[in-house]
Amino acid sequence: MTAALRFDPIRLPPECEKLRKEVRAFLADEIAAGTFDPHKPNREDTDAPEFSRRVGERGWLGMTWPKKYGGHERSFLERYVVTEEMRVANAPTRRFFVADRQSGPVLLKYAPEHIKMDILPRICRGEVCFAIGMSEPNSGSDLFAAKTKATKTDGGYLINGTKIWTSSAHIADYMIAIFRTSPPTKENRRHGLTQFLVKMKQPGIQVNPIGQITGQYEFNEVVFTDYFVPDDHVLGEIDGAWKQATSELAYERSGPERFLETYYVLTELVRAVGKNPDTRSAEGIGRLVAQLHTMRRMSVSVAGMLQAGKEPVVEASIVKDIGTVWEQQLPHRVRDLAAFVEENATNRETLENQLSFAIKTAPKLTIQGGTTEVLRGIIARGLGLR
Amino acid sequence: MAESENIVAETAEKIFADLADAQTINSDKNGSWKAPLWQALSDAGLPLAWVPEDCNGSGASLAEGFSVLSAAGRFAVAVPLAETMLAGWLLAQARIASPDGEMTVAPASPKDRIALNADGTLSGRARGVPFAKAAKHIAVLASGSNGFSIALVEAGACRIEAGLGLGGDNSDTVTLANVKPVAIKPAPKGFDQTSLMLMGGVARSLQIAGALESMLEISVRYSNERVAFEKKISKFQAVQHNLAKLAGESAAALAAATSAADAVANSTSFDDAFFLEAAAAKIRCSEAAEKGGAIAHQVHGAIGFTIEHILHRYSLRALAWRDDFGSESYWAVELGKLVADRGADELWPLVASR
Repeated sequence: MTAALRFDPIRLPPECEKLRKEVRAFLADEIAAGTFDPHKPNREDTDAPEFSRRVGERGWLGMTWPKKYGGHERSFLERYVVTEEMRVANAPTRRFFVADRQSGPVLLKYAPEHIKMDILPRICRGEVCFAIGMSEPNSGSDLFAAKTKATKTDGGYLINGTKIWTSSAHIADYMIAIFRTSPPTKENRRHGLTQFLVKMKQPGIQVNPIGQITGQYEFNEVVFTDYFVPDDHVLGEIDGAWKQATSELAYERSGPERFLETYYVLTELVRAVGKNPDTRSAEGIGRLVAQLHTMRRMSVSVAGMLQAGKEPVVEASIVKDIGTVWEQQLPHRVRDLAAFVEENATNRETLENQLSFAIKTAPKLTIQGGTTEVLRGIIARGLGLR
Repeated sequence: MAESENIVAETAEKIFADLADAQTINSDKNGSWKAPLWQALSDAGLPLAWVPEDCNGSGASLAEGFSVLSAAGRFAVAVPLAETMLAGWLLAQARIASPDGEMTVAPASPKDRIALNADGTLSGRARGVPFAKAAKHIAVLASGSNGFSIALVEAGACRIEAGLGLGGDNSDTVTLANVKPVAIKPAPKGFDQTSLMLMGGVARSLQIAGALESMLEISVRYSNERVAFEKKISKFQAVQHNLAKLAGESAAALAAATSAADAVANSTSFDDAFFLEAAAAKIRCSEAAEKGGAIAHQVHGAIGFTIEHILHRYSLRALAWRDDFGSESYWAVELGKLVADRGADELWPLVASR
């Protein structure tokens, strides 16, 4: 018998709708003040530190964390709403998003108390930026092939090696990284990796930007040369990071950011088509909206399961697989339909610019955070095939 | 859904498991399974689940009835259970008591019209009406000069040309020529043909999602049994990835259909958000039927293409159900028009309204 999939029709409770209005009003003010342009997803690498602080002031960072660490003890569903609205508005979330989604929860679980007390409140205030050091040259999605070494020394570890594809490393204050503390064993090739909290902007770390085909500089190569990490910066179990890292990945799989990355082209298409679409445009838009709605229902459903303390690993992987494939195809479908838009559509230039950028962005969407192939392997395992 | 959610659904599951086993049905060439199955369903009050007790029904909630339809989809049940439930529901909208026996609803396509004539008779043609040949009565939605009416009609009073749907079930053309209804009453305020089509579409979405759940299950099981090139085919990465995609399509159909059913069960009005839920479910489930069904057949290879194998019971019905109560193309156009009419800046608020 196959493990049955569950996608209960979770509804967002009333407090979420109230919050959604607050977030929309906040973003409208920021747009009016010129912090960012919602019609320009390809903004020039701005990481908007002031914007991060203002988001923190509103209490929208560390929303689900304990109050003692600066958190707000609100629900996953409330956090979900904030993420949705930020994504749809193309808000500059780069500086805080990784810390809020992923690094903070890891620290909450595995960091010693004094580090939690130091860093978590600063994340909640929007003051710190995190990067994730998982991939290495020739490892990528094969997490357990990582080679960068952490060698035991007095009071800590010396790190030597290279991380790569590390988003935001050039602006990050910290990185949570996995390093090799011992070789893999015959029985378990996942053994031997340990998770560390790394302070960036210290001697022994060099960050080299890597250009992307979109023209942006977002990810980096990070080279460690005899970089010292103190003992109390070890997160969790020595040699046991594989369990921690895979549960960390669950946080980054099913959120609204996994199907809304190219959403803006759909809005612009609807704008260009106008009030009275021809049959072809209407059908195309209808299908895309039906698919979007379904994705979102799946994603909200998984958020509801997380809120209920469940670990919907297969369901979350399915959401990321379908969601990223969808957001990757979206600009191409919009392009098909845009071919029939009137020449004089008022937003024609915006639509073309956005499409051009979205089409360039699309290839990465099914790679970051675990490739489609890796996700399908996880789903297959959940189905009892492996 | 692994475990049944209520006693009504559990009853349905048990009856299907006992009397509608796909393998038994598939090898039974003369249809002798149909009468005992229908008898058991009727004894349990399931065909009239959505009819209030004072209208001759069993008064189950909308949610309970929807979970019966999910189960019916999982068993690819080929008796007019969904149709009779929909007919009873339609009649109950006008407080018309349901008769016993098999029923169906007309029209079953958004483009067909049945008119209420000035003399109180009904005229018109409805195509693709599921199980009309097997029905004793037809619940009809008719339009007249004073808006919509709901009528109960004897099937024998209509001309019915038998047709066969993709799944091998009847999909008939029903012609009414000045037919005198058994009962007729005005539809409630705001109830129109779109209301009926959306309800029918949600029912079909749940059935499609159920069929996909079964297709996933039997495909996974088969891949763990079938050996080729000296290993189980489930060990080939290409097969694993295909099954992962089938799981995705099944999951998408399940999420869309159960969300729409929940929306119907808890809705007081047919607003835009309700329309989005119901139309999106029919669109996405129909797409999933196509993509998911293709994968299920691919995994099974030639054996799944044979009449002896049960796969077609699910795959062809899922494909057939796409056409009833508005195809995905029809609803996509309607949904696209609604989105365009609301305007670009109202798209996200619509999607995020629930």
